[in-house]
Amino acid sequence: MSQPTPGGILSDSSAIVRAAGDAFVKLDPRRMILSPVMFTIEVGALLISGLALARVAGQPGTEHPAFIAAVAAGLWATVLFANFAEAMAEGRGRAQADALRRTRSDTLAKRLAAPRREAKVEPTPSTQLRAGDHVLIEAGDIVPGDGEVIDGVASVDESAITGESAPVIRESGGDRNTVTGGTRLLSDWLVVRITANPGESFLDKMISMVEGAKRQKTPNEIALDILLAGLTLVFLVVTATLLPFSMQAVAATGRGEPLGLAVLAALFVCLAPTTIGGLLPAIGIAGIDRMVRANVLATSGRAVEAAGDVDVLLLDKTGTITLGNRQAATFLPAAGVSEEDLADAAQLSSLADETPEGRSIVVLAKNRYGIRGREIESLDATFVPFTAQTRMSGVDFDGRQIRKGARDTIIKHVESIGGQVPAEVHRICDTVARAGATPLVVTDGATVLGVVELKDVVKGGIAERFKELRAMGIRTVMITGDNPLTAAAIAAEAGVDDFLAEATPEAKLAMIRRYQQEGHLVAMTGDGTNDAPALAQADVAVAMNSGTQAAKEAGNMVDLDSNPTKLLEIVAVGKQLLMTRGSLTTFSLANDVSKYFAIVPAAFGSIYPQLKALDIMRLHSPTTAVLAAVAFNALVIVGLVPMALKGVQYRPLPAAVLLQRNLLVWGLGGLLLPFPCIKLLDMLLAACGVT
Amino acid sequence: MIMLQAWIEIACILAITVVAACAIAPWLAAIFRVGAKDTGDAPTGLLQRCLAAIERPLLQAAGSWPVREMTAGEYGAAILVFHAAGFGLLLGILRLQAVLPWNPAGVPAVPWLIALNTAASFTTNTNWQSYAGETTLSPLSQTLGLTVQNFVSAASGLCVLAVLTRGLVRRTSGTIGNFWQDLVRSTLGLLLPLAILLAAALASQGVVQTFATSREVALIDTTGSPAGSAETTRRILTGPVASQVAIKQLGTNGGGYFNANSAHPFENPTPLTNLLEIAAMLLIPLASCLAFGRWVGDRRQGRALLAAMALLFLPFLLIIVHVETRPNPLLQADELLQSVDQGASTDHEGGSLEGKEVRFGAAASALFAVGTTATSCGAVNAMHDSFSPLGGLVAMWMIQLGEVVFGGVGTGLAGLIAYTLVAVFVAGLMVGRSPEYLGKKIEAREMKMGMIVLLVPPITTLIGTAAACVLRGEAAAAPNPGPHGFSELLYAFSSAANNNGSAFGGLTATSPFWTLSLAAAMLVSRMLTMLPLVAIGGSLAAKRTVAESPGTLPTHTPLFVLLVAGTVILVGALSFVPALALGPLAEALQPLPALIQKGTP
Repeated sequence: MSQPTPGGILSDSSAIVRAAGDAFVKLDPRRMILSPVMFTIEVGALLISGLALARVAGQPGTEHPAFIAAVAAGLWATVLFANFAEAMAEGRGRAQADALRRTRSDTLAKRLAAPRREAKVEPTPSTQLRAGDHVLIEAGDIVPGDGEVIDGVASVDESAITGESAPVIRESGGDRNTVTGGTRLLSDWLVVRITANPGESFLDKMISMVEGAKRQKTPNEIALDILLAGLTLVFLVVTATLLPFSMQAVAATGRGEPLGLAVLAALFVCLAPTTIGGLLPAIGIAGIDRMVRANVLATSGRAVEAAGDVDVLLLDKTGTITLGNRQAATFLPAAGVSEEDLADAAQLSSLADETPEGRSIVVLAKNRYGIRGREIESLDATFVPFTAQTRMSGVDFDGRQIRKGARDTIIKHVESIGGQVPAEVHRICDTVARAGATPLVVTDGATVLGVVELKDVVKGGIAERFKELRAMGIRTVMITGDNPLTAAAIAAEAGVDDFLAEATPEAKLAMIRRYQQEGHLVAMTGDGTNDAPALAQADVAVAMNSGTQAAKEAGNMVDLDSNPTKLLEIVAVGKQLLMTRGSLTTFSLANDVSKYFAIVPAAFGSIYPQLKALDIMRLHSPTTAVLAAVAFNALVIVGLVPMALKGVQYRPLPAAVLLQRNLLVWGLGGLLLPFPCIKLLDMLLAACGVT
Repeated sequence: MIMLQAWIEIACILAITVVAACAIAPWLAAIFRVGAKDTGDAPTGLLQRCLAAIERPLLQAAGSWPVREMTAGEYGAAILVFHAAGFGLLLGILRLQAVLPWNPAGVPAVPWLIALNTAASFTTNTNWQSYAGETTLSPLSQTLGLTVQNFVSAASGLCVLAVLTRGLVRRTSGTIGNFWQDLVRSTLGLLLPLAILLAAALASQGVVQTFATSREVALIDTTGSPAGSAETTRRILTGPVASQVAIKQLGTNGGGYFNANSAHPFENPTPLTNLLEIAAMLLIPLASCLAFGRWVGDRRQGRALLAAMALLFLPFLLIIVHVETRPNPLLQADELLQSVDQGASTDHEGGSLEGKEVRFGAAASALFAVGTTATSCGAVNAMHDSFSPLGGLVAMWMIQLGEVVFGGVGTGLAGLIAYTLVAVFVAGLMVGRSPEYLGKKIEAREMKMGMIVLLVPPITTLIGTAAACVLRGEAAAAPNPGPHGFSELLYAFSSAANNNGSAFGGLTATSPFWTLSLAAAMLVSRMLTMLPLVAIGGSLAAKRTVAESPGTLPTHTPLFVLLVAGTVILVGALSFVPALALGPLAEALQPLPALIQKGTP
């Protein structure tokens, strides 16, 4: 998938122009009502605009028409800025959706009358394929829809979806039997059973997610909406009741004027939580967008939120904690054999061995003893590959039979040709196994030369990452098929909190259930069909895109890169989303205090002049004070758009520290920042000649 | 020197209260079975066995035995039914008191409007009094009508707290206890024994407690008699006062036997009874916090909520005591009145004494005022109307903060927990988790109900006051002009809509508008806080409990205490600052010369 340029969020001028246009389109009240806070502001804006027109048309009133018009403009600006924020967030998603949509270009699929390659082919547009149809895909064809391979083996270019250019193999049966619509077959052929109806495919889901078209409010957003709607209601009552209150005060003192509607509307827009209310949709869309940028597709915004809550991570050892496969670490020769001889023999046995272990032996021999690679043909040697029957590999040349394999296998092999494995080699093997590594025994005929220690190599920096996670209260659990001894050693080295050795799908499922019983929220990654039950049980389940259809359906996210380490990033995105929401809510509410100091003395000054003592900002005039507060309120939304889209800074810290930091920045900051800003705007208005 | 004495007096009263609260906290904690049915229902301690023995025959008689756990809906319905029945019963007694026994003075039936207002007032634990007790009510109405409601309205407050706590403690439970059992236990297990003890202590100090409703006494000094009359005796009204005063303070009710409430020498004769009455109204709200900590199995949680309350209470206490013990600036500024002795002497401790009893002094009166408004008690030992503008502002704002700074029995802490849920919601998001409190996720339903609890009282207050302002004739019920008159209107609705019941004074609230609108405010506020709190309890109980980790927002730290207190202040300030600016603030900031010229303090 093509990645939009990550540069400055507001730097793309065409996106800004388009979002600005959309901001007006979004004024449609049927859309606005979805956000109760902004809807009330829009109604207020309409009302005050009407009032301004009536005054211009000659209706009597106490407030100056220009002032009313200015307040109306402030209200409209507030609504438009909020719409603009949402449009900006959607625009970023739309760019990605367009890129995806291009890959969905209609193709003519070869629909098969029966699920056999030889069956009759009827050309059918890909958009008319239904779930259950069978299609034939041949080299060069675009895969017409999501499906399951039922026959054939082929290499597929999935870069349209994953961005990964290396082709992948798809074949029937096993865990690599799914194809995704929009990808391309590079070689061979496949017979595929289509599994998604038009409009329901993976690509369709992805497009609608990033476009925000089918975005539903998440439970947390609903709860926050209730909080904001409640506050809006109380502020509506607070401002509305000020009219009778001020009328009573005027009647009692015989001074001043009751508050005008424009001042009341200005006070209301300043008090209502417009900052967070306006930015809330943008924050949600941007959260999903950040997931997509990480090449993770969440099936719902809810899943993204849940990622922030996760406190137990089940991590597959291989690929997440350790680098792929085990690697040769040391050569441990038997008595009377030099280390170099052992290395030489081991290298010879591995020259033609394409397994990662074999290659790592060659590398180690070269690095440690400078034994160069030799061409197996030039040695006139015969490579004996690993088979399920012999469970050894090696090389025959020059009358020598060099073999390497697991201890049990080699014992049988050596004994079968009349040799004996020395006790010392057994001891070495035991030591190696106790340390969590795997011993590979090397023999030359019946002579045991020694042991190669194969070790799992823990990824650099992973231990630090786990430490950070622990500080945030997230437990890491390593899942591995290794025996408990090996698992314990790696777990200790990587610094995970717990491990599950000899993991079976049942054991994984039981472990997830146990953690959930204790009140934890569990995240895991998986790819195989046998992972599906555990994926379905986990609170956040990330399926690898390379995995089976069953795994993808059981999970609530798909990682297009198929990178198990991604889980850590997913958690960070989820947390950042929630933190952004909380921080901007705090900021929005803390802002209100300063606005009282601006508006209350301005509004009541004519009735009770002594209340001007509350005007601690020493604002120019009641008019400029009210307009400055309204202007600040609108401008702060625009000012915070980048924050809403990027998310607040995220650091893996304990909750207590995060709370302190964010309260200081957003709470105290929100309390204090408006004072200088309103004063500045007031001075600006005064300088422009507003009185 | 005198000031120091006053501060020491206040510190001693508060210290005694805290010690007493610590002492009854375990008792209160043992009253309610909070955990699920299967965890430790067996009566263990002596108290538990006593309670079981008391409640069994009563619940059997009521047909509620064996005790069946209720869902939140059933519990809420039981509360409604009980309050409706209490309302009907009290209304009946007040209307029929003329024909009912024990009416020695032969007082007539209470007029409909006053009776409706009073029935609403006492069933909702508000105890707003738009009548004078000693002249309007028979002793039967006072004891069987009002005192009974004093007990059960406080007890139902505790029931709501118990439900909310069960919600936090129980896991995936469909039920939240049995209302009838909770009611019997809190009334007979806690309130009645405490009230008997307090009544005895008060009576020992001269609070009257007699079946005689009046006594003819010889005048010591007849010089004050109207000229020509040979009056040598006076009829002094008495009655079963101590028993009513005890529960009026303990149950944060506040409805006095006499019109003058705790300023009356028969309700509050000495500084010692004053101390007891202040301690009594703070006692159960304080102890509830500590008991809460025990219920949820983490005493730090209870202490944190108590600290948040104290953090809101103490600064206001300092302000009100400071401004009330100052000499009245109006008297000082006026040439003619400068000679008025406002300094401390052996006769009195000085300060602004208008509307205060000299036997208590300015400091103890200020403490009583902030105590009675911080808790939803509403008893008064001085006229809040006569306090300095800032003193009145403090008293009024303590009510407007939603009666969660100590607050009413049970409902105060429950209300603060609702504030805590809102604070946790926003703060929880800020640490990157979907919010949770004590392991329970705060979601849409808790938020909806919590917002109702938080917002119904301020909205009711503001709309009621606005209605009074619109109806000019009704606003005229406040005799004072300018900001002070507005304060009187605002205070009345604040008091009713937060179920406090104290009056600023001055206001004549007997017209149909005032009696009915205040009654409606009391009923709406009480029901729309209690029922949503029960709903929160039910919805929390049904949830599973999330495990605690370093990623969990800690809810017992000083920072969190600050956050909860800040939330209460912010909501209170944002809702009421404009209204307060037109009332006490405008009055406080008024330049003195203007005031003196107009002659309207």
